[in-house]
Amino acid sequence: MKDLICIVCPKGCHLQVDEEHDYAVSGFGCPRGIAYGKAELTAPTRTITSTVRCRGGLYPRCPVKTSKPVPKASIPAVMEALNGVSLTAPVSLGQVVLADVAGTGADIQTTRSMQQR
Amino acid sequence: MYDCIVIGGGPAGLAAASAAWEQGLRKILLAERDVELGGILNQCIHNGFGLHYFKEELTGPEYAARFAEKLRETGVEVRMDTMVLDLKGAPGRREVHMVSRDKGYCIEEARSVILAMGCRERTRGAISIPGTRPAGVFTAGAAQRYVNMEGWLPGERIVILGSGDIGLIMARRLTLEGAKVLACVELMPYSGGLTRNIVQCLQDYNIPLYLSHTVTEIRGKDRVEQVVVSQVDGRRNPIPGTEMVFDCDTLLLSVGLIPENELSRQAGAEMDPRTNGPRVAENMESISLSGVFACGNVAHVHDLVDFVTEESLRAGAAAAHYVQSQGWESADGEGPVLPVQPGPGVSYVLPQAVRPAEMDKTCTLSFRVSQVFGPCKIILKAGEAQIASFPRERLAPGEMERIPLPKVLLERAQAQSVSVSVEEVSAQ
Ligand SMILES: Cc1cc2nc3c(=O)[nH]c(=O)nc-3n(C[C@H](O)[C@H](O)[C@H](O)COP(=O)(O)OP(=O)(O)OC[C@H]3O[C@@H](n4cnc5c(N)ncnc54)[C@H](O)[C@@H]3O)c2cc1C
Ligand code: SF4
Repeated sequence: MKDLICIVCPKGCHLQVDEEHDYAVSGFGCPRGIAYGKAELTAPTRTITSTVRCRGGLYPRCPVKTSKPVPKASIPAVMEALNGVSLTAPVSLGQVVLADVAGTGADIQTTRSMQQR
Repeated sequence: MYDCIVIGGGPAGLAAASAAWEQGLRKILLAERDVELGGILNQCIHNGFGLHYFKEELTGPEYAARFAEKLRETGVEVRMDTMVLDLKGAPGRREVHMVSRDKGYCIEEARSVILAMGCRERTRGAISIPGTRPAGVFTAGAAQRYVNMEGWLPGERIVILGSGDIGLIMARRLTLEGAKVLACVELMPYSGGLTRNIVQCLQDYNIPLYLSHTVTEIRGKDRVEQVVVSQVDGRRNPIPGTEMVFDCDTLLLSVGLIPENELSRQAGAEMDPRTNGPRVAENMESISLSGVFACGNVAHVHDLVDFVTEESLRAGAAAAHYVQSQGWESADGEGPVLPVQPGPGVSYVLPQAVRPAEMDKTCTLSFRVSQVFGPCKIILKAGEAQIASFPRERLAPGEMERIPLPKVLLERAQAQSVSVSVEEVSAQ
C-alpha cells in the first residue's frame, strides 16, 4: 500500500494505492484520481510550464507549456531544450514553438500572446 | 454619468464588468493601472487555473486571456494605465477620481462602483525579522514577476519563508530555472498552501519543508549571506538551541496577502478586521456604501481563481440590478439584515451579512477554518438553532471552504443572525 495525494485538482484527495493488486486505488473523490494513482506509481507525468526568450516584445520572456503531460524523468531535458528557443514578437497564444520536445511526443506552445513593444 | 465603474482589470474586474454588461448595463467603464488586463494572473505562468470553471487546466495567462477576450466582445470602455486614487460621492452618484498619462486627473461619476483591486503581499516590515538589511530579500510575488516576465533570477541559493501557494510555486519555478532552493520554512504546524502544491512543488524536487520553524536572523553586509532558522514552540516563540544556519544569497517571503483596500477605507467602507476587506452582503454589496460592490481578492484572499470569477459574476449582476432598480432610492433596503458570524473553529465568513428579502434561493458562504481539522462537520446555525451540517474529511486554513445557505431554512428559523462553526468528529 502506498499513500499518495492526488494533484489533479485542488481538492487533494488522500489516495491509497495497492501495488500488489494491480494498483487498485481507494480514497479518490472522482475517477481522475484512479488514473492518477496508478500512473503516479507506474509512469509519473507532469505538465511543464516555463518561459522562453522573446525579442522585441512587451516583456522579455514569453510563457509556454507542454501540450500534454510528459514523463517526470524528462523534465531536465525539456528545460534544457527551452533554453535554445528564442521568439520574436508578435507572438500569438497557443503557437507551437518546439515540436516533440526532447522526444516526449509533446509540443511546446505559448500560453499568451505577446505584442511588440 | 456611467452606470458602473469597475476598478481593477484582474479576473475579478473582468468577470464583474462582463456580467454587468450581460445583464443589460451599457455605460460601463473599467479602469486598470497596469498596461494590460489580467492582473496577477499574467505572472502566474503555472497551470492549475480553471479546473472548476472551464473544466480544464489552464495557466494563469490563458485564463486571463479568455476573460479579456470576452470583455473585448462587449462595449465596456477600458482605460489602461489608469490609477484610481479616490472614491467619493453619494448613493446613486459615486465619484471615481483617476489619473492617467493621456487624460491626466479626472473625475468620473457612476451609479454603481465595483471594487476589484486585488491584494498585495505582506512584506518583511510587517513581520519584522531581526538582523541586517542586506539586498536579497524579496517577496515571492515580486520574484515571480522578475522570473516569469522580466527574465532574471533573484538569486542562486534560496530560502523561502512561509508556505503559502506563491512560495511553493516559486520553489519549483526557481529550481527548474537552475537555482538551489534549500528550504521552505513555515511558522505554523501546517502549510498555508494547497496540499497539491506541497506535493508537486516541494516533494517532486526534494525541497525540505520545516513546519513550526521561522527565520530568526538575516546575516550579510551588502547581500544576504546566511539566514538562521529556528524551531518554534506552541506559542510561536523560537526555541534556543534549535538554530540551523543556511548559506544563501536570497530570502523569499511568502507570508501572506492583504486585500488592497486603501480606496475602500478612504471611501468610508466598513471593514472586516478578519478579511481585511469591506464587509459585504449576500450580493457582494458593501454593507455601509450603497451601490459599491467588492469581489475577488479585495473582498477576501482567494486561493482559486475559479471562485474569484464566480463571485465577481455575481457582483457584476448585482450592480446591474442595483442600477436597473434604482437601488439608491431605497438605500437602506427593506427587511432585516442578519449578521453572519464565524463560530468556533472558523476564522472568517463572507458575506458578513445576509438580507433574506434580497436573497436568491441559496447564498454561498465562503470561509476559512482557524486550524487543521481531521474528520469534522461544518455546522450552520440560524440564531441558536442548527439548520444544516456538512461532513468533511479534512479542512485546512490554506483552503477556502464553501457551503450553501438555503433561503427557506433561514426564513423558517426566523433568527436574528447566522453562524458557521466546525467541530471535530470523534472516530467511531
Ligand atoms: C502568486 C499567486 C499564485 C496563484 N496561484 C493560483 C493557482 O495556481 N490556481 C488558482 O486557481 N488561483 C491561484 N491564485 C489565486 C488567483 O489568481 C487570485 O485569487 C486572482 O487572480 C485574484 O483576482 P483579482 O482580480 O481579485 O486580483 P488581481 O489579479 O490582483 O487584479 C487586481 C487588478 O486591479 C488593479 N488595481 C489595483 N488597484 C488599482 C487602482 N487603484 N486603480 C486601478 N487599478 C487597480 C491591479 O493592477 C490588478 O490588475 C494565485 C494568486 C497569486 C497571487
Ligand atoms: S481524486 Fe478527483 S476529486 Fe480528488 S483530488 Fe483527484 S481529481 Fe480531485
